[in-house]
Amino acid sequence: MADHSGKNFPTPTKETAPYWEGCRNHQLVIQQCLKCEYYQFYPRMICTHCSHDHMDWVTVSGNGRVVSFTVIRRPISPAYKAEAPYVVALIKLDEGPTMMSNIVECEPEKVFIGMKVNVVFEDWSEGISIPKFVPQK
Amino acid sequence: MSSLNGKVAIVGAADTEVGVVPHMGATQLCVDAALRALDDAGIDKEQVDGLITCNSMAEPYMYHAEAIAEYMQIFPRYCLGVGTGGGTTFSVLHHAASAIATGVCDTVLITMADSLYSGLSKEQAMAMQSSTGHQQFEIPYGPTVPAFYALSGQAHMAEYGTTPEQFAAIAVAGRKHANLNPAAQKRDIITVEDVLNSRMIADPLHLLDCSLISDGGSAVVLTSAERATSFKNPPVYLLGAGEGHSHEHISQAHNLTTSAAAESGQRAYEMAGVGPSDIDVAQIYDCFTPTVLIELEDLGFCEKGEGGAFVENGNVELGGSLPINTHGGLLSHCHPGNPGSMFALTEAVAQLRHQAGDRQVQDAKVSLVHGQGGILSSHTTLILGREKH
Ligand SMILES: [Zn+2]
Repeated sequence: MADHSGKNFPTPTKETAPYWEGCRNHQLVIQQCLKCEYYQFYPRMICTHCSHDHMDWVTVSGNGRVVSFTVIRRPISPAYKAEAPYVVALIKLDEGPTMMSNIVECEPEKVFIGMKVNVVFEDWSEGISIPKFVPQK
Repeated sequence: MSSLNGKVAIVGAADTEVGVVPHMGATQLCVDAALRALDDAGIDKEQVDGLITCNSMAEPYMYHAEAIAEYMQIFPRYCLGVGTGGGTTFSVLHHAASAIATGVCDTVLITMADSLYSGLSKEQAMAMQSSTGHQQFEIPYGPTVPAFYALSGQAHMAEYGTTPEQFAAIAVAGRKHANLNPAAQKRDIITVEDVLNSRMIADPLHLLDCSLISDGGSAVVLTSAERATSFKNPPVYLLGAGEGHSHEHISQAHNLTTSAAAESGQRAYEMAGVGPSDIDVAQIYDCFTPTVLIELEDLGFCEKGEGGAFVENGNVELGGSLPINTHGGLLSHCHPGNPGSMFALTEAVAQLRHQAGDRQVQDAKVSLVHGQGGILSSHTTLILGREKH
């Protein structure tokens, strides 16, 4: 495992634990409404589409496209220095929701809006793996 | 809802020294701004019965407004410390006006300050500001505040063909105005080439597309329109106010290129009974250059997607069809964080009193001030007038 110490580790909550558990198993697990089948991210107590209060956890494709991105030249903190310049992007999943992530295994200059990407997982610790995205082959 | 149009007026407005002010702490700057605004109004602190402040990052208090009241030994009937960001100040003006209009209090002092430059290390300032991101779903990816806004700028470029030169024109205009403002932190004239040649921070944002990190404070005194004519300076009336709120985190925004400024603007115009063509001078929140371009479109000064063409050729400079950020804005005047848009408010007051000196917009009668906070999240638009409509 590469050294990720000092990075901004997420702190899972009761509500988000199943998502992070999915990440740990290298699966992108998000919520889907049991009533209207709407997919949502991030996890919530209710469906933001129909207000139904029973959400299912489902493994999604991990495929999406870049909605927007930027290249960060000066890292937010020394822990991110090794990967600078790095790409912070918004990715719209094929199932609908948008999430923030990094585009990795790709020159920053080659990233473009509309680019098709799919999820990979970066293991930061025993308990935490972070979903990131790579260009679709 | 009964309208606030013409019910309250700003009767005092002042800024502290701004920029790099190492000899004063954030609390001192907050009180200094208050004292200057009271002096500008020509009243004593005993006449203040409402106090609003925003919290400081450099010298935070759990009960900030109460701490300032205690420091000054004033004992208000209405006391509120707000914790949110750049659009904060305008929202509270809305609230102060409501408190006056409903008789909760008579005279509200709004004073805000921080010392982001001298009171925090650069790392502390960066970390504090980027904590606006979502702890689990954004922050792990290492975004900076410029990066959050860059996502919006990049999307505007892709969707409408907006260019870096057009973003740069906004920074050039701000600096041209700051050059005429002896109080501004950065006064050396810059060109579009200077902006494009400055260091890339988060594509497409160059260093000169980003606002400053500053110390400073700013305050206003608000009272009812009936009482407003008996002060030292002519009153500036609140004609319209509106808010719009669409999200907190940029990854949850439904649209990256249209903001809730569209709603806040519409609500303010409706209350004031005016439209974009009635505005003589505008102060448009300019934490980063693309923010301005999107707000200009959403506030109806041009069509969606045409912001790039609108800001070119000096159109938003003094002498253009819509002079904006005549004090220099957050890009060149100063940006001490949460109090940021207060300086736009005091500048609007100076313009409407016709006291803006070399940067006075000829015969300015109506001014629009727009603030936003979060990442294009929370918007407030105010319309102020030299006269009641
Ligand atoms: Zn549903």
